[in-house]
Amino acid sequence: MTFDSLRIALHGILANRMRSLLTVLGMTIGVASVIILVAVGNGASAVVQDQIETLGTNTLFLVPTSTLNGASGGDDTNRPGTASRLVELDDDDIKALSNPANTPEMAGVAPMVSAAQVTGTFQGATYTPLQFIGTTPNYFDMASLELASGSYFSEDDDLAHRKLAVLGQTVATELFGESDPVGERVKFNGASFRVVGLLEEQGSGPFGDQDSIVLTPLSAVQDTLTGNTGTYSSFLIQSVSREASSAAEAQVLAALATNHNLDPADVESFFTLFSQANLLQTGAAVTAVFTLLLGSVAGISLFVGGIGVMNIMLVTVTERTREIGIRKAIGARRSSILGQFLLEAVVLTGLGGTIGVLLGLAAGQIQVGTFGLVVSPASVVVAFGVAVGIGLFFGIYPANRAASLRPIEALRYE
Amino acid sequence: MSHPPLIVLHQVTKVYGTGVGEVHALRGVSLAVERGDYLAIMGASGSGKSTMMNILGALDLPTAGRYLLDGIDIQALDEGQLADVRNRMIGFVFQGFNLIRRTTALANVELPLVYAGMKRSQRRKRAEAALDAVGLADRMGHEPSELSGGQQQRVAIARALAPDPAIILADEPTGNLDSVATAEVLDLFGRLNAQGRTVITITHEDDVAVRAKRVLRLHDGSVQSDRRRVARAAPGAGNTVIGS
Repeated sequence: MTFDSLRIALHGILANRMRSLLTVLGMTIGVASVIILVAVGNGASAVVQDQIETLGTNTLFLVPTSTLNGASGGDDTNRPGTASRLVELDDDDIKALSNPANTPEMAGVAPMVSAAQVTGTFQGATYTPLQFIGTTPNYFDMASLELASGSYFSEDDDLAHRKLAVLGQTVATELFGESDPVGERVKFNGASFRVVGLLEEQGSGPFGDQDSIVLTPLSAVQDTLTGNTGTYSSFLIQSVSREASSAAEAQVLAALATNHNLDPADVESFFTLFSQANLLQTGAAVTAVFTLLLGSVAGISLFVGGIGVMNIMLVTVTERTREIGIRKAIGARRSSILGQFLLEAVVLTGLGGTIGVLLGLAAGQIQVGTFGLVVSPASVVVAFGVAVGIGLFFGIYPANRAASLRPIEALRYE
Repeated sequence: MSHPPLIVLHQVTKVYGTGVGEVHALRGVSLAVERGDYLAIMGASGSGKSTMMNILGALDLPTAGRYLLDGIDIQALDEGQLADVRNRMIGFVFQGFNLIRRTTALANVELPLVYAGMKRSQRRKRAEAALDAVGLADRMGHEPSELSGGQQQRVAIARALAPDPAIILADEPTGNLDSVATAEVLDLFGRLNAQGRTVITITHEDDVAVRAKRVLRLHDGSVQSDRRRVARAAPGAGNTVIGS
């Protein structure tokens, strides 16, 4: 009987090819757009994750909350503990963190002094890099920064107060064009630095262009731009492994609490730790919202397709009133008629869903540069399931109308 | 008669509408039809013959009175059981043929067997036999639009025959047919009746009624006359209806 119902339903669909085709098309577009737009969202998510991966593995970024809030415009309303006491990072903190007894899961720490709005000039070209950082040589390794040419600076350079700079690709291009900057002298806010190295291209990260960066020894920044305050803007911290990064995070915070006589429960209101895990989570949350947004837009088109199915089914039922009367007269039960029209609706949406899935999978092969669509198997299953569900949902009303027709009246219908 | 009558109507009334708009389509009709009989129900329009057809065909229920079909009390049945009764016991033949469009003759004839839940191979055999019986063995693959009116009506008769029903119930079966096709269809009913099949036709044409063994005339919802045309003929017993 099921097979017979299917044949009857298919017959009904084929009887009106053009109309069925258009209805199927509506569902196809709905299903395909859900799959494709979710794949776009996933693709974007993959790109963001890739970018975050480039920040370096198992690194933590430690910033005093006061600095962070100052930098972001003094918005400390959400951190009531910060106003009472200013806590900064200093040499004692480096010592405390470098002690393996305090932080066994930590592999290294690189203090950083950031200078803001530093403008570099070279032979008339000027450029203000996004980041101007004085740090120790271990930073390069921790942040996985490779050189395209030249060399890093060393501990000796720091001790000797040599004004050296390693440039990111964007800075080099803005100031030197195509020529090799290594060995040239650049003025940063009037102070002359010798370029010793050029970094490999990093690409764009979650905080903008990662190649808009200048790295110098600590002493060079302090001597020329910030002054030696004995404090640091931030620390780059490396854990022994990726798995250990949350353990290292806890140990770092504990060591800082001890060092600054802070309540261990409250230490996080004085220091903020950005871990790669955090960034990944934030990135994932942002792209999840993005994906959800795209998915729901596509979901609307699926819904509209469903309304199209209902519309067509209502027309079909009206058109075939007489046929329904005949079927009932010769012994079709209510359930047979209900089943026939419901099945017709489900076959329409199922067909649309199948074509939509194929279309979506085909579109999933699209790759534009580093950005590629990532088809999520869940979206395929959900889109197809929803399509068939919509067939049931929107088919039930017309089918029920057909099944409830009284045979005498249906037979009289012209 | 060892068997009880196939159809028993006892004081059947049918009222449509309520209050001022009340229409009494049938006003207490009683009737018994034996197995193998050939009954014509006649009457002018508005006499209640369509209502009779609907009630006899279990398409509609009487307002009052009883209808026993082969001993089954039709009024006690629910919608689904009524559908089953129509499916197994009644073979409808309509004035407008009422075949399903864009569907082959064979598939049309198979349809009641589909609803009876018969296996595909078996119902194909039955449908082919029914089409053969109406002389359309060579038209099985044709759709209604490819057949003449007479052929379409014969497909409809084959469809009515396929489930081997207790009654063939025909509503103005020749109303849309020319004289040649009319003769063909009426000959067919005659042959079926001769084979022992109970046939009831509803008609207003005398040349259709003349083929029946018994003619029931309705007037304003009541039986006006009930005459047996072939006297002393036992139903089905070698009785040649054609030419009578």
